[in-house]
Amino acid sequence: MSPKTLYDKIWDAHVAHEAEDGTCLLYIDRHLVHEVTSPQAFEGLRLAGRKVHAPDKTIAVPDHNVPTTAGREDPAQMTAESRIQVEALDKNAREFGVHYYPVSDVRQGIVHIVGPEQGWTLPGMTVVCGDSHTATHGAFGALAHGIGTSEVEHVLATQTLIQKKSLNMKVEITGKLKPGVTAKDITLAVIGETGTGGGTGYVIEYCGEAIRDLSMEGRMTVCNMAIEGGARAGLIAPDETTYAYVNGRPHAPKGAQWEAALNWWKTLYTDEGAHFDKVVTLKGEDIQPVVTWGTSPEDVLPITGVVPNPEDFEGGKVEAARRSIEYMGLTPGQKLTDIEIDTVFIGSCTNGRIEDFRAVAEVVKGKKIKDGMRAMIVPGSGLVRAQAEEEGLADIFREAGFEWRLAGCSMCLAMNPDQLSEGERCAATSNRNFEGRQGYKGRTHLVSPAMAAAAAITGKLTDIRDLI
Amino acid sequence: MEKFEKLTGIAAPMPLVNIDTDMIIPKVFLKSIARTGFGKNLFDEMRYNRDGTEIEDFVLNKPQYRNSEILVAGDNFGCGSSREHAPWAIADFGIKCVVSTSFADIFFNNCFKNGILPVVLPQEQVDVLMKDAEKGENARMTVDLEAQQITTSDGEVIKFEVDAFKKQCLLEGLDDIGQTLQKQSSVEAYEGKMAQERPWV
Ligand code: SF4
Repeated sequence: MSPKTLYDKIWDAHVAHEAEDGTCLLYIDRHLVHEVTSPQAFEGLRLAGRKVHAPDKTIAVPDHNVPTTAGREDPAQMTAESRIQVEALDKNAREFGVHYYPVSDVRQGIVHIVGPEQGWTLPGMTVVCGDSHTATHGAFGALAHGIGTSEVEHVLATQTLIQKKSLNMKVEITGKLKPGVTAKDITLAVIGETGTGGGTGYVIEYCGEAIRDLSMEGRMTVCNMAIEGGARAGLIAPDETTYAYVNGRPHAPKGAQWEAALNWWKTLYTDEGAHFDKVVTLKGEDIQPVVTWGTSPEDVLPITGVVPNPEDFEGGKVEAARRSIEYMGLTPGQKLTDIEIDTVFIGSCTNGRIEDFRAVAEVVKGKKIKDGMRAMIVPGSGLVRAQAEEEGLADIFREAGFEWRLAGCSMCLAMNPDQLSEGERCAATSNRNFEGRQGYKGRTHLVSPAMAAAAAITGKLTDIRDLI
Repeated sequence: MEKFEKLTGIAAPMPLVNIDTDMIIPKVFLKSIARTGFGKNLFDEMRYNRDGTEIEDFVLNKPQYRNSEILVAGDNFGCGSSREHAPWAIADFGIKCVVSTSFADIFFNNCFKNGILPVVLPQEQVDVLMKDAEKGENARMTVDLEAQQITTSDGEVIKFEVDAFKKQCLLEGLDDIGQTLQKQSSVEAYEGKMAQERPWV
């Protein structure tokens, strides 16, 4: 048998039907559903008189536009439209009988944090969700990607997706990371290298020593942003770190089934000599703490750099860079560490997990945020929040002057009241710095949690290495 | 789904690269639970001032492009989120074909499910179409899906590739779910096998 990549193996294990032209029906093991991209899909089912094919494999949780402030059960906290969406999910989840974590459930949170936390996401699975950051689940060696609403409806009705296989891409991070460099810096550095279109048409497998050394939280951060690099999905082969995380989770297999599962999971790696259509290698030691200066996630530079000159780019990027710099209110040549910040957002499915908050606490412990700074920390789930409370992290945040919120997507996409105002400048741990992403004319610099914490203290983009 | 066979219409030039889904339809418009009505907010932040008045020099506000049915765009069109509101907004505005050197994956697939034909062409050919589109209202181009070609207003013919299955679905306006349900027995057979092999799923 010819050697296979990890992606080849998971793909092959899920083809339920293959047409002559190579179009496949890929069987979906887990379908995650949230309030924004599902109402039209459920409506479609209802109109066609169809049922959810596998309600047991379907998990619904509201996250995108739920308020993250205390007392949010009060409907008055939501705009009419948000309320309609959340209520629609509530109704659909109950009517179609899928697993459901409403806002009042402590397990509620961002769908990509809840899935792994509850053990819904397991190695070797196919996972989809009507949200592009479904790539997060690839950290478990699960083939996970975002789909549109028509596809949500298709999966609900058939538990399959019409797919053609993508190409294989390997991203290897060799060696060790330097102090102050995190999973977020890895994933941003890769996008800086490949561009936002560099992964288009590929499924990326991340590998190498620096990836192996990451915790599951860190691996989720890396895979989360595979989509910003244009890839359909990101994958990391499961190993002892993965099994240790999964073991004992509410929906993970137990007893004899655990043993059987483990046996299969241990076959999930890329065979020696398997073919990759594209290979990118970065040295772990070379990666520095990075920050984005523009309005595309590929606009990445080490924190020690300066705002670039648009003329230094080529083709259409010259105009895009000019537009970005103007939008961001920057000047070419300006030192990145001179950029003043007025808002800090720590959270999202990229960096809203316990490990992220521990990194933040380490930086802010015993310090105060800069006068006039608006800084919020939004846990990725109710359980992350509870754990941070228990570990005393929440007290550190409150004492430092951070707002300590309830779980949700919050300012990552600013569909709820958590938004930037015109011209506000934010250091954010989320994944997108597009124009208007965090609020109309808001300006976003993407950074790691430690770097966001440092910016909250100093009031500027800051090299975390100066604080450690 | 509406069929797509052949279209002759005005093409709007949008040479900007990396036009993302937040630009196509800002998320404040994602709160609807319907599929229609997004056209008026297509490219909202580029198209309107904060007070709701139109920004004159935005291409779709120019008199000659208000009825565009084709969009010729810069590289990596549709990157960003998976929101299907982006193709819904494009379709609702009346645009049925988008041409670029590349598209983001999810957006590309979403187009086909909404009767929009995304055409990928090499840079030189996109440049030709961009030039043609810049001529304005009278420079109508023709997109012929059956023949897989675009004819410029000058009669220059540019061939394009399209996946055979997706082409068929667009030509016939076929609904995916109905087709998949016809293969339900394969899916059930797969499920039966998996219940044995991987019961923990
Ligand atoms: S946190 Fe942000 S990126 Fe993640 S699911 Fe929510 S909106 Fe999407």
